Amino acid sequence: MNTWTEKEPILSIKDVHKSFGELEVLKGVTLDVMKGEVICIIGPSGSGKSTLIRCVNALNDIQKGSIKVEGVEVNDPKLDKLSLRRKVGMVFQQYNLFPHKTAIENIMMAPIQVLKQDPKNVEDRAHTLIKKVRLQGKENSFPGELSGGQQQRIAIARSLAMEPNIMLFDEITAALDPETVKEVLVTIKDLAHDGMTCCLVTHEMGFAKEIADHIYFTDRGVIVEHGPPKTFFTEAKDPRTKEFLSQIL
Amino acid sequence: MTGFEQFFVELADTHPKWNFVYFYQDVERSRIITGIYYTIGLSILTVFFSVVVGLVGAWMQGSKNKIARMTVQGFIQFFRNTPPFVQLLFFYFALGQFTPTHSPDGWLEVPIISNFGWAVISLSLFAGSYNVEIFRSGIEAVPVATREAAESLGYNRFQSFTKIILPLCFRICLPSLNNNLINLVKTTTQAFGIAVPELLYQCISVYNDYSTSMNAVMLLMFIVFFLIVGLIAWSSNALEKKLKIPGYGV
Repeated sequence: MNTWTEKEPILSIKDVHKSFGELEVLKGVTLDVMKGEVICIIGPSGSGKSTLIRCVNALNDIQKGSIKVEGVEVNDPKLDKLSLRRKVGMVFQQYNLFPHKTAIENIMMAPIQVLKQDPKNVEDRAHTLIKKVRLQGKENSFPGELSGGQQQRIAIARSLAMEPNIMLFDEITAALDPETVKEVLVTIKDLAHDGMTCCLVTHEMGFAKEIADHIYFTDRGVIVEHGPPKTFFTEAKDPRTKEFLSQIL
Repeated sequence: MTGFEQFFVELADTHPKWNFVYFYQDVERSRIITGIYYTIGLSILTVFFSVVVGLVGAWMQGSKNKIARMTVQGFIQFFRNTPPFVQLLFFYFALGQFTPTHSPDGWLEVPIISNFGWAVISLSLFAGSYNVEIFRSGIEAVPVATREAAESLGYNRFQSFTKIILPLCFRICLPSLNNNLINLVKTTTQAFGIAVPELLYQCISVYNDYSTSMNAVMLLMFIVFFLIVGLIAWSSNALEKKLKIPGYGV
């Protein structure tokens, strides 16, 4: 039986090792996220940050260690993937909307087809979500007719339609121009204010500083340093963190 | 005799090489009608089943089970690397010996699969083997990231295959699928080899009855196939336009 309570971490990652063939991408990563917390994972490309959050959603398997979502082990061959994915929403760098469906259909598809929910209720919820991501009037546009920033906000709404408890964001602004980045970040800020647990992999340092409760810096498959944003950016101790921050700030 | 029939009787009189006997002779007319009926029936059934074979094969090719994947590979190799006519003869004459028989009238023993049945089976499998590869190319053109998005929304493999991958794959592979199905319709004439009474078979029968009708039956063959294939090409183009996604590249 699952005895998880809200006092325990909603997401608990312990000593996770992940290899692609010979290449070890994660070499023992440990971190905890409490309910309602917003964490940002930063670090150079290839340091394993995207892989880490993909493992949380079981898109990649892990070789060693444990990932628990609401107390349920993800690294388990008998894992009920559907129940995991109901709890964990994910948004990707390339939006990955379904190009043959309109914006609102994209949002409604999974709840209707996977969760078998009543289409009428789902549609009402989809309209609310579209309002939430500030895209009223775009309901019937196809993804190809939307800008990158708009597509990404529809992708966020699509994940939210599954009513997850944790949201994972995988470099979701990396493919956008600076102006549209803002509209997406505003959406995430709203989410964080509503108390959604968020894990962001990001290169937006200013945003991380503003929104995160906790920042993790990863390099070559390990968490080098972490801390609350106030101290993280000013009092970094590790030379690798210092070097990274000096290059981007 | 109507004026239409009278015209062709006179034409055959004045131009003996252009004897359109099937326009004024009841027996020959019914031969051609049966032939067109069988050709269209054979085309519809083989097109349908070859697409089913293609979809099932493409699904099995993406399976985690190695035996399933190897079975599909073996199937494709066998049917692609041998001539369809030889396959047809093999199915009818070799496998036909081993199929159980039944006796509808109490006297004659008839195999439960007729020559028409074998033609449908053999041609569907032949064209199906190409369809597997056509669908595979379409499936591979759907970005892995799209599949992952579906997966992260809780879709299982079957749901994501039918609801997301296939609709996209179909749009990508429609032109090459269309080519293969057109070829299949034309290949149905080979069912002549096992005496399926389709159009080619009937035209030759007409010619055997009236050797003066050669030009007329050949012309008919060309026109009928031209129209059937034209109809398929036209509807495929219309479908392609209808499925076009606004703002989507493919």
